[in-house]
Amino acid sequence: MEKFTTLNSRAIPLQIENVDTDQIIPARFLKATDKKGFGDNVFRDWRYQKDGSVNTDFALNNANYSGTILVAGDNFGCGSSREHAAWALTGYGFKVVVSSFFADIFKGNALNNGLLPVQVSESFLKELLKTIENTPETVINVNLEAQTISVNNINLSESFEIDAYKKTCMINGYDDIDYLLSKKAVIEAFENANS
Amino acid sequence: MKKTLFDKVWDAHVVDTIENGPQVLYIDKHLIHEVTSPQAFNELEDRGIPVFRPNQIVATADHNTPTQNQDQPIKDQLSRKQLEQLSKNCHKNNITLFELGHKYNGIVHVMAPELGITQPGMTMVCGDSHTSTHGAFGTIAFGIGTSQVAQVFASQCLLLTKPKSLRVSVNGKLKNGVLPKDVILYIISKLGTNSGTGYFCEYAGNVFEEMSMEGRMTVCNMSIEMGARGGMIAPDQTTFDYVEGREYAPKGEAFDKKVAHWKTLPTDEGATFDKEYSFDAEDIEPMITYGTNPGMGIKITENIPVEDNASFKKSLEYMNFEAGESLINKPINYVFIGSCTNSRIEDFRVAANFIKGKQKAENVTAWLVPGSKQVESQIIEEGLKDIFDEAGFELRQPGCSACLAMNDDKIPQGEYCVSTSNRNFEGRQGQGSRTILASPLVAAATAVEGKIIDITKQLN
Repeated sequence: MEKFTTLNSRAIPLQIENVDTDQIIPARFLKATDKKGFGDNVFRDWRYQKDGSVNTDFALNNANYSGTILVAGDNFGCGSSREHAAWALTGYGFKVVVSSFFADIFKGNALNNGLLPVQVSESFLKELLKTIENTPETVINVNLEAQTISVNNINLSESFEIDAYKKTCMINGYDDIDYLLSKKAVIEAFENANS
Repeated sequence: MKKTLFDKVWDAHVVDTIENGPQVLYIDKHLIHEVTSPQAFNELEDRGIPVFRPNQIVATADHNTPTQNQDQPIKDQLSRKQLEQLSKNCHKNNITLFELGHKYNGIVHVMAPELGITQPGMTMVCGDSHTSTHGAFGTIAFGIGTSQVAQVFASQCLLLTKPKSLRVSVNGKLKNGVLPKDVILYIISKLGTNSGTGYFCEYAGNVFEEMSMEGRMTVCNMSIEMGARGGMIAPDQTTFDYVEGREYAPKGEAFDKKVAHWKTLPTDEGATFDKEYSFDAEDIEPMITYGTNPGMGIKITENIPVEDNASFKKSLEYMNFEAGESLINKPINYVFIGSCTNSRIEDFRVAANFIKGKQKAENVTAWLVPGSKQVESQIIEEGLKDIFDEAGFELRQPGCSACLAMNDDKIPQGEYCVSTSNRNFEGRQGQGSRTILASPLVAAATAVEGKIIDITKQLN
């Protein structure tokens, strides 16, 4: 997993609530047996029309916006457990997703793939979306060490929560398998005691 | 200390606790399928890690499987490759596999309970969000991502922070024609799609106590649709009777010993939950959804609400519905009875009971897709197939089918489908398709009438 400490980037605003993982990566793209290539199809049915032409109304296709931060509406990532959604977002180049609420499985999947879910208050989210839309060149700073998200130059900043263990993993690029394998003896002892 | 059902099962599976961090939770049963496992197998292979406990893993092929001509090679090359990959991975790692054509093949959440693999007090995971289904047995069962599939392969454990507890109670007498699907659609419509996020839910009250195991599975299946990691119902005599005698269930004395333990699992009286909701059974009626998430449900007799927000409007625009409109008499050309929510024998009995002696409307394409080979056999043995055939319904072969349209069973662009599945997301049943979630009874009635009707009028 790639290490994450701080990020300064512009952001893409996605003003939609309850974005489910079927929209992030539709089921028909889940037939691959490796993790590569999902970025090409992230938000496929919102990015492209049925005839394959580009949907110019969609935020990812708006030339004003760029960056590795996705700022979405409330309750992002609900629905299917498909980790392909996280692979699609990281494959496209996102490193951070900001929302006022994340679905549980998506949040876990994101953290396991070096994609940082930053949960902010509804008022902060509203203000942030407005700022990006009015001034697309706005640079946002995400500092995992300090657990803060802030907009450079203006007085907009908030701290966010993250599980201490997951924070350590992200900062150091560790993953859970390394940790669990180090616990083999304890796991076997548990099995023996419960068999 | 007084404990909830969830506490009892969780605490019994904690291997270790990281200070100020997650816990190491032991997983009794790991179910896998072809879509979310290949990358996990690759990960293990790349890192040179063996599968730790292959005999606690059970695999099935379900998401990509065709529902016709299952004896022939799969036409879709990518689907075929994914299924072959699953078979290869399972053989290589000595994992029990019910591949296409096996007598126990079926949807992962239908197959495991009917084989007695699912038992009370267990922890179960699968790379599929509807793993919550198994909570119907008093099991902690939840969906995981592929990285976690790899973790369980490597260690039979997961690193998890204990979720908070939620109890949803429904008491009273359900009205005629109100099925378990209506109960859960009603609950989600009242609570919304994220009310359960961060929680594990216990369903309590006489409504669930009086429900069959099939009904309880339907309810727990959709816990994820209100955001909960899982749903549970306390094991009782109904549960024990269902498990007893099944292929992988303990037998004889071992079974009795298990039952004695299972009887200790229900929530202690006076145990507290982090959040509680309660509903009156009499308030529930047959339900349908009008929008693009499962929380957008109404009683079939109600009108679509009027709301002023962008996401709501976007949703109605996709469905081509108007705020304030009624869905009664809306013509429907597709009906799907299937999915891990409603493809068990009881669902087909309900449908057959309504359909018997009637004919499918000419405009309707009606797919009946059993959840497993065993359900398929039951449908034939009980004579339900004859009823479906005579009425013009199409009984297909088992699989996930038009629930998520990874196989050929896709609803065409712009068409409406009254579906017994669990999700009405945009494009879920095929690009541009429009899904209306309902019970098997409402779905059967829609197929017969060719339009949505007020089923309560026909029943009373």
